[in-house]
Parts: sequence; C-alpha cells; structure tokens
Amino acid sequence: MTLAPAFFYLFAFVTVAAGFMVIAAKNPVHAVLFLILAFFNAAGLFVLLGAEFLAMILVVVYVGAVAVLFLFVVMMLDVDFAELRAGFMKNAPLGAFIGLILLAELVLVVGFQMVRPGALAAPSAPIPAPGSGITNAEAIGRVLYTKYVYYFQGAGLILLVAMIGAIVLTLRHKEGVKRQSIAAQVARGKKTAIDVVQVAPGAAIVPPARASQ
Amino acid sequence: MNLLLMEYLPLVVFMGVALVIGLALMVAPFLVAVRNPDPEKVSAYECGFNAFDDARMKFDVRFYLVSILFIIFDLEVAFLFPWAVTFKEVGAFGFWSMMVFLGVLTIGFIYEWRKGALEWD
Repeated sequence: MTLAPAFFYLFAFVTVAAGFMVIAAKNPVHAVLFLILAFFNAAGLFVLLGAEFLAMILVVVYVGAVAVLFLFVVMMLDVDFAELRAGFMKNAPLGAFIGLILLAELVLVVGFQMVRPGALAAPSAPIPAPGSGITNAEAIGRVLYTKYVYYFQGAGLILLVAMIGAIVLTLRHKEGVKRQSIAAQVARGKKTAIDVVQVAPGAAIVPPARASQ
Repeated sequence: MNLLLMEYLPLVVFMGVALVIGLALMVAPFLVAVRNPDPEKVSAYECGFNAFDDARMKFDVRFYLVSILFIIFDLEVAFLFPWAVTFKEVGAFGFWSMMVFLGVLTIGFIYEWRKGALEWD
C-alpha cells in the first residue's frame, strides 16, 4: 500500500513548510500558530512511526501547553513592527553565524559517521515486537521507571528547577493588597470581637485602643 | 499498511470531513454572499467614544507564570500515564521511583503555594 508513504510526505512537507513560516511570518502570533501546525504534523509523523504515545503527548503538552505559553510570551512583548524590522539587519550577521555553526555541527554529525552505527535505526523501531500486544505506553513504562530511573528523576529535578526559576523570576506581589484570612475569621470569638464596657451613669465612653487593629 | 495505521483511518476520515466543512464555510460567502462594500461599512465600528489607544496591549507577566506552572504539572501527569499502564510490571522499585518523582514535584508545589504564586494579586 502506498498510503503510508503518501501521508509521510504530506506530514513532512507541511512540517517543513510550517517551520519555514514560523521564521518568515511577520506577525509573531501567526508564527506561533504555524508552530502549532508544525507540532500537529510532527505528531502525525510519530503516529506513522508507530510511536502513538509520543504523538499524543506532543499534542497534549506541546500544542496544549507550550504553544499557549509561547502565545503569552509573544503577547507580553511589546511588538513594534517598525522597530523589529530596524533591528533585523543589525542582528542578521549574528543570526547567520549561529545558523552556520548549527549547520556545521549537523553536517559533522550526520555526514562523517560520528553517530554510532545503528543508533539512527534504533529510534525508528519504537514498538518492541509487532503483534506482541505491548502498547507504546507500556513499552515506555517498562523501562522508564526502572532501567532509566536516573533520567526519570533528572527530569523531575529539571521540572522542579523550572518551577522555582519561573517563580523567582516573575513573581511580584503588589503592595497593599488585602487578602481574606479565613483562619483568622473563623478563630474570632467573643473575646476578640466584643468589648463589654461598663459605663458608669453620667460618664463618657472612651474605648481602649485595641492592639489587634 | 500495518494494523496500527489502519486504526487511524477513521481519524483521517474525520479530519478530512472537518477540513472540507471548514473550508466550505469559509469559501461559500465569497461565492454566494452579496458584497457591496463602502468605506463606512468596512470601517471599524465601536460603540460610544473613540478608542483611546491600541488594543494590542502587553499581557501581564502573571499569565506566563500560571502557564509555565500548568506545563510543569501537565508533564507530571504525562509521566503518570505509562506508569499507570505498567503498574504491575514495574514492581516496588518502579512504584517508589514514581513516588520520589512526585515528592520532588510536591516540594515545588509547596514552595509555590507558600510563596503565593497561586494567588492572583
């Protein structure tokens, strides 16, 4: 059947085209939308490989969360198109230089066989044995939590660092915000809420200054 | 074509139908609807006073914080799926390895709670 190669070329073409549009789109919001399209097609490529679990995670995590994060980041920036265009030519040599370094690395790794033989073939076989009834998520779960436990815990630590880093970098509390303290409200009793004042006949009431206010 | 991909055929059909309907609804107005524009009709309409400034204002950085905290717990749940599927096979070691993972993220969660990152103001 030639349907699978046809879908491969469809997904691959759309992924590359969307990836190109990410860097070519003038509006950053459009760039993020093209990025979402690229993620979807990459998920399609994963399905074609048989890596269903990764495909679904790609949709849930990248499309559902990372793309939204990118949208927030894009909208947080003050997008001034004239200024962006003015800065483009200034930064173009640096960008081209970094791109050349990446290209050189890719050529070195792939072109000169610095990859261990067989390493490129290994990721293309994510299913343990066809017809064995072991699903994708099962195959990952059997090794991830036992054989690759250090990588797993490392991932947990990276998530912790990301969480703390995000809080440290961006959390700013407004001054003078009054918050409800439910515990303090519930703990109020007769003693803290009521002052019983005995007033002598003809005397004035001078309430004592309370420390709690 | 192998069996796995055959299972995705209904999804492909679904996507195709969705694409056709979506494109048809977008293209049909160009073909069918009466178009008779003039400058007043196509200008932006806003009730009341004129707009003060550009509608594209900067988002608050707090949206970013909420979003990144969401991603982290989203990934935590993503790690739970294969663990739940292979719960019987991974044994006690796999169980405790997941508990340590959850514990590490719970430390982050407590930190987040105590710092007040879950409060909006």
